[in-house]
Amino acid sequence: MPKPLRYVNAVAQALNDAMAADPAVMLMGEDVAAAGGPFKATRGLLDAHGPERVRDTPISEASLVGAAVGAALTGMKPVVEIMFMDFVTLAMDAVVNQAAKARFMFGGQCSVPMVLRTPHGGGLNAGPQHSQCLEAWFAHIPGLRVVCPATVADAYSLLRAAIEAPDPVVVVENKALYALQGDIDVTAPREVGKARIDRAGRDATIVTYGATLYAARAAADRLAAEGIEAEIVDLRWIQPWDEEAVFASVAKTHRVVIAHEAVQAFGVGAEIAARIASDAFDDLDAPVLRVGAPFMPIAFAKTLEAAYLPDADRIVAAVKSTLA
Amino acid sequence: MPSSAAQADSIPANSIPTDRRLALHRTMQTIRATETTLSRLFADGEIPGFIHLSVGQEAVAAGVVGALGPQDSFATTHRGHGHVLARGVRLDLFFKEIMGRAGGICGGRGGSMHVADLSLGVLGANGIVGAGLPLATGSALAHQTRRTGGVAVAFFGDGAMAEGALHECLNMAALWKLPMVFVCENNGWSEFSPTSTQFAATLDKLGAAFGVPHRRVDGNDVAAVAEAAAEVVEAARGGGPRILECLTTRWHGHFEGDPQRYRNADEIAGLPQNDPLRRSAEALLAAGVEESALAALVDAVDADIRDALEAARADALPDVDAAFRDVYTPTTLTAGA
Ligand SMILES: Cc1ncc(C[n+]2csc(CCOP(=O)(O)OP(=O)(O)O)c2C)c(N)n1
Repeated sequence: MPKPLRYVNAVAQALNDAMAADPAVMLMGEDVAAAGGPFKATRGLLDAHGPERVRDTPISEASLVGAAVGAALTGMKPVVEIMFMDFVTLAMDAVVNQAAKARFMFGGQCSVPMVLRTPHGGGLNAGPQHSQCLEAWFAHIPGLRVVCPATVADAYSLLRAAIEAPDPVVVVENKALYALQGDIDVTAPREVGKARIDRAGRDATIVTYGATLYAARAAADRLAAEGIEAEIVDLRWIQPWDEEAVFASVAKTHRVVIAHEAVQAFGVGAEIAARIASDAFDDLDAPVLRVGAPFMPIAFAKTLEAAYLPDADRIVAAVKSTLA
Repeated sequence: MPSSAAQADSIPANSIPTDRRLALHRTMQTIRATETTLSRLFADGEIPGFIHLSVGQEAVAAGVVGALGPQDSFATTHRGHGHVLARGVRLDLFFKEIMGRAGGICGGRGGSMHVADLSLGVLGANGIVGAGLPLATGSALAHQTRRTGGVAVAFFGDGAMAEGALHECLNMAALWKLPMVFVCENNGWSEFSPTSTQFAATLDKLGAAFGVPHRRVDGNDVAAVAEAAAEVVEAARGGGPRILECLTTRWHGHFEGDPQRYRNADEIAGLPQNDPLRRSAEALLAAGVEESALAALVDAVDADIRDALEAARADALPDVDAAFRDVYTPTTLTAGA
């Protein structure tokens, strides 16, 4: 029987099980060992697996992620935690110039089996340097994979899949989801690049990922009360994203809204919208619409953050306008 | 834990004039009372986000910032309330910012981790550990190039010693003989980890590697900090970068609400023994200041804080359209969506 867990404990469980299954898996990050991580996603792992495999690092993001790349090139499978996604900026060389390219530029001699876990997202009034959703940056880099689990079950199985994948994977969690409760299934298939139909519907498709799934569900409930049946596709993987699942849903509903918490301009939704427009144009009965954050930094004050985060109202309005 | 004051410079009580000591004491009292108020407001849910308090570290802020002239500049850290308060940022604008109000010094957009007042040469608190170091380096470069006569200070915590930015900035500042002071607030902790597990070197040796003179001071003795800061700031003004390492103590958790399970009870219980405010008050009494004068100072500071808090509570919440107008400087170009 599955037992209900918090999202953050599902992450810890996935790390624990991956470490038990494969001695090459190790953890690195600031305060991940004795303190169990700033969000407690690594709680208990030091005791379970020892200080060689669960390492506290100094506050040295650039070098710690670079060191993970080097360890991966030498037989380990490091899982690195970056405390807030905003701080990956300090490690961009390691991720973008080293991890992403080693396999390709070394003629396929190696792969870089590492994972970078990091939380994005607002909702905590943590301000402009502790809330950003930067996943589109990574999805833009050939060689990187990007995954964003929205549910407790996915927090477990997608992280396991990421650790098992031979290439560098950026696993994006959302701080606002850490307390979410749900079940995990340790036997669920661990696939890369597969979306999930979160809710079936015939009138319009909402493509989403991460915490915005919950705004999409709320929107779908409200639309259903008005007789509009929205289908929700939880993308889960952003690189590669599940074109087949998205196109199948578009072929069924003929209307699409893509919703995510990240800034809308030049974002994940832009790529998906463009692909639908070029490859599924005949299935469309309305322009593809996007719902994302406005083009400004996320701000600290409650009123400003509330206006920033995409909510059910905006998704409902977008779906209705595809039906108008 | 940072090593005890025994290893650091300490200075006799009578080497700084009493009125100067009183001014330093008042600055520390303002910081302490402000942060104690913030702690309560945070617990009551009146402050959004999270806050890092510098209770116990007031002597560094008062002593170092007090040594700066009007043309000087500094960049600070996530634990930067004391520095900006010591610089004299308006108290009402400060409270409004921390409480996320429209009239805050940054329009409520930055909050506790991003308090800045460019009119006072405050280049901002920072949510990124170590990020203030290059900003201060650049500010020193500007002082040098523009011949302002100014010095730039980079405040950083001992945790930031592990960031490459410090090593890179020491190198640049030394190469270019920048008018700059690297001020380390060494409270022995970086978040939940003791610095001894984080940094294999010592700051004096790191400075020596780049030829940057280092001075270590008892950071809970405001007079000692003030004296050392005056010396290093003036040395930097004419002669290139300096390091001032202040050994101090963080009383509260890493952030408000942190139960500090990683810290042993003896250490926490012993903190008030090294209270910079108590030590400063004792020195003032020894120098002949009346107890009633100190009490009056406390009351005056409290009254200022009450007024500022009242003004902050009465202030409006920030407006999205106004925020939008500051994403770019107004021009004829438009971009984004
Ligand atoms: C680049 C970066 N990495 C990690 C963090 C998270 N973080 C915030 S404060 C802190 C510890 C800083 O310790 P120290 O520099 O000693 O300052 P103190 O908190 O003791 O004042 C950490 C790890 C961050 N804000 N930025």
